Amino acid sequence: MSTIQSSPLEALHLRLGARMVPFAGWNMPVQYTSIMDEHAAVRTAAGIFDISHMGQFIVSGPGALDWLNRMLANNVAKLEAGQGQYSFLLNERGGVIDDLIVYRTAEDAFFLVVNASMIDKDFAWMAKHQPEDVAFSNESALWAGMAVQGPESAAVFAKALPGHGLPPRNGIARIAAGGGEVVVCRTGYTGEDGFEFFCAAGEGEAWFEKFIAAGAKACGLGARDTLRLEMCYPLNGNDLSPERTPIEAGLGFFVDLDKGDFIGREVLAKQKADGPALKLAALEYTDKGAPPRAHYPLLDAAGNVVSELSSGVLSPSTGKGIAMAYVPAALAKPGTALQVDVRGRLFPAKVVKKPFYKPAAAKA
Amino acid sequence: MNVPQNLRYNASHEWVLVEGDTATVGISDHAQEELTDVVFVELPALGKTVDVGDPTAVVESVKAASDIYAPVSGEVVEVNPAVEADPSLVNTDPYGKGWIFKLKIKDAGQLDTLLDAAGYESMIG
Repeated sequence: MSTIQSSPLEALHLRLGARMVPFAGWNMPVQYTSIMDEHAAVRTAAGIFDISHMGQFIVSGPGALDWLNRMLANNVAKLEAGQGQYSFLLNERGGVIDDLIVYRTAEDAFFLVVNASMIDKDFAWMAKHQPEDVAFSNESALWAGMAVQGPESAAVFAKALPGHGLPPRNGIARIAAGGGEVVVCRTGYTGEDGFEFFCAAGEGEAWFEKFIAAGAKACGLGARDTLRLEMCYPLNGNDLSPERTPIEAGLGFFVDLDKGDFIGREVLAKQKADGPALKLAALEYTDKGAPPRAHYPLLDAAGNVVSELSSGVLSPSTGKGIAMAYVPAALAKPGTALQVDVRGRLFPAKVVKKPFYKPAAAKA
Repeated sequence: MNVPQNLRYNASHEWVLVEGDTATVGISDHAQEELTDVVFVELPALGKTVDVGDPTAVVESVKAASDIYAPVSGEVVEVNPAVEADPSLVNTDPYGKGWIFKLKIKDAGQLDTLLDAAGYESMIG
């Protein structure tokens, strides 16, 4: 696709003073006031992000469950109606095409939320394998999406949708509100409590403003990236790729090797049995230093280049340089000393346990 | 937008304060606002000789690293340790405590290529 796409909320972002940047083929707000302020709002109160660029697929029919279980790495059969799970669409080599969330909305119906940059590829890959007893559609253009995140998210929800309840963690609910039907998912990409909210594209602006009025601060993709990296949540295209498997990414928890066959299973089973040669490690600077960023070279203690960073930032919460990188398994143990090369200067770092930051909700 | 009259400006958004043969260099109010939260400043080595246009320091926001170019040729005679310790000074006081380095000017003629306040203001218009 050559043309850049616009969120249905674009006019509102401009009115709110957002700085817009191209991201994954979409013109999206990177920040409104300051990434640091927006990051802090989500860690301490509530923020709202436009996620209209993300894709929505609907899968239904008598064969829907079996088909999704062959296409996805996690076990869809574990979901009751109203529940969702994190999962992967893999290629035949076990590499990640996309990471996504699949929700079971009824016995034979599913709602998938996929990454913006992968909507067309995911859809083409799935359609290629689609059986006759499954209906499969791409509804991405019909929906506006927003994510309300932070310890005060539930209070924001209660104010904006009085009389309605939030679904439980990872759950999904359809709610009749504002003269239409909206979809609320208790999930997010920040580590904080919160929900993702989907509505008809034309209703998006009104809902976004309603959540702001209820106490959520407008936040851009800049803060979304720093928040997710503090949690070690992967970003597809940076930390996930068709050349790397979920086992290498340390996300084996979201893979079910015992559920029966699925695309990529064989490679994953072998990697799990043998141990992966590479692992996605979390690294933290041991001292102050220049911000680590994606693609900076990563060296071992002796000064040999062993990898490059897949993501990196100066953590707004801790002030420390934090990064992720695929490293040889022997170097992935917490405590391992490594060095990040920033424009020729070496900054010492060590491998740490994931995540970098423990949100209040997880501490409680 | 604050564009002090007594300074000269580079098209790449550095300001220059000329005192005798010393040029103090920082980034403009406009530049700090565009960069947003400055989280790291990399200072040049004292005594380093730079040519006009050389990347001489680096100012980093959360999202990006930006080179700061030498507005004139010269030798780095002083750097500001305060912005290394507290990079946010570049945002809060870009023309004062947020200065970055000082050059001993090699060729005063190069100063003529810089913009005056009115010229810079119309450039960032």
